[in-house]
Amino acid sequence: MDLSVRIGPLVLKNPLMTASGCFGYGVEYADVVDLASLGAVVVKGLFLNEREGHPPPRIIETPSGMLNAIGLQGIGVHRFIREKMPELRRRGAVVIVNVCGTSIDEYAEVARILSDVEGVAALELNISCPNIKEGGIQFGCDLASTGAVVSAVRKATPLPLIPKLTPNVTSVASFARAAEENGADAVSLVNTFLAMVIDVEARRPVLSNGMGGLSGPAIRPIAVRMVYECAQLVRIPVVGIGGIANARDALEFLVAGATAVQVGTASFVDPFIWPKLLGGIEDYMRRHGIARVADLVGSAQRGR
Amino acid sequence: MPPVDIQARVLQNTRLSPDCNVLVLDAPAIAAEALPGQFVMIRTSPGTDPLLRRPFSVFEIRREGGAALAISVLCKRVGPGTARLYDAASGEVLPVLGPLGKPFQPLGPPSEAWMVAGGVGLAPFAALTEVLRDLGTPSRLFYGGRTAADLFYTDWFASRGVGLDLATEDGSRGARGFVTAPLAEALRTRPAESPVTLYACGPEPMLKTVADLARLHGRPSQLSTERVMGCGMGGCYGCVVRVRDTEGRPHFVRSCLDGPVFRGEELVWE
Repeated sequence: MDLSVRIGPLVLKNPLMTASGCFGYGVEYADVVDLASLGAVVVKGLFLNEREGHPPPRIIETPSGMLNAIGLQGIGVHRFIREKMPELRRRGAVVIVNVCGTSIDEYAEVARILSDVEGVAALELNISCPNIKEGGIQFGCDLASTGAVVSAVRKATPLPLIPKLTPNVTSVASFARAAEENGADAVSLVNTFLAMVIDVEARRPVLSNGMGGLSGPAIRPIAVRMVYECAQLVRIPVVGIGGIANARDALEFLVAGATAVQVGTASFVDPFIWPKLLGGIEDYMRRHGIARVADLVGSAQRGR
Repeated sequence: MPPVDIQARVLQNTRLSPDCNVLVLDAPAIAAEALPGQFVMIRTSPGTDPLLRRPFSVFEIRREGGAALAISVLCKRVGPGTARLYDAASGEVLPVLGPLGKPFQPLGPPSEAWMVAGGVGLAPFAALTEVLRDLGTPSRLFYGGRTAADLFYTDWFASRGVGLDLATEDGSRGARGFVTAPLAEALRTRPAESPVTLYACGPEPMLKTVADLARLHGRPSQLSTERVMGCGMGGCYGCVVRVRDTEGRPHFVRSCLDGPVFRGEELVWE
């Protein structure tokens, strides 16, 4: 059975990736997850410098989901390379770094710095974080800005480039196309949905940041629809993200048109989920006589 | 040892009050490794609502003939997840992930151990008491609640030689008011040459008062913080507390990895 998938020039041994911001820097899980068994480990978003993030409360649970407003707390790209990459290399992880910036120059600079680091396989471009004032989503909600930042980072790095798109726009697919036209190797979607929970007794939002991003099984059908639409419009691979909690959910994204998938919130609930997901995908392939997982991709698209 | 996820059978569910219960869980692999102050993440529903696990301090580590067989957790019903645990039936199976986090560092004699608990902040102190007893450390428990019905397990602690200083806000048992008042008095009258270490768990204002008292009297303190947690594994950065780094600069660290137990002087209060 061939579980490998191709994301631009990058061949992954299977379609399972961790979702950025949901797996720390990967090393936190090294003793409970065989990092080398994953298609890729997508690490927490990194700016050039360290960032403090928002004060607590940072998370709140909702029906079949959760809101987060972490605010991209992070150790910065230099400390990441120094303190985390050696162990990730030692563990045989295929590392995809989520790149953040408050300006186009910062995105390009972080990408340039990571280009020379052994073990970094690709870059995910975070133009979709809903929780910070500068950078993040401001680049992901305007077609011209998306094009500009993707184009600038494209020139700064030879690494495969995967812009991560926000669902908080009218047409995600048009942003996928803008990314494709400016040199992206793939797109990943969706980031979280901008949302709010209010403490009715106190009459104020629960999260210190006011709003936060909704993730978890609650968003899955919307994410599936968006992945389906994007896969119809662009030729580059789509990485599907949004509420995957079991093998069935992962398969739903694959047949909708995703070449690979990312799992976030569900690995909070079950850090041991990865072999279960892979086993479930293999069972399905056996049951349906599918030899290559790549043959499943987009098989639910109309007209195929 | 890395944490394990056990499909733990509920051996016993004892309701202590209309809100609080103790769940005994058949989890030998966790019981054998858990240290006082560490926690477990319990999944309260097989479905997706409630979605996330809930963190609980390891309350007791139950042994039989030297072998650790089970753990218990002290729960308070505050939402749908904890309501399910309050209603859990014997024989029901709950996924329990652990042990997680940094434990207390129990000191042996000549230091005395003064535990300070507010409400269900009693949670880490049964396991700590057993370890202190093995060390031969004389122990005292300062334990406060709203009313007498909120004070649990006092006979359990007394039978293990722990001195009790109780307080209730309504005065129905022990001193009237917060438990930090009898603690302050005991610290004031303690001779400087008699060492004592404070171990505390409870509401944030209580922890801050304990940290302040510890500093005022020059005593070391170890405080167990409580945060909403997403994963308990360091993945989500949801559970941060503010601490001072070695240069004295405040920054956020994850309470699931760097805590939940911190030295009092490390913590920065919001």
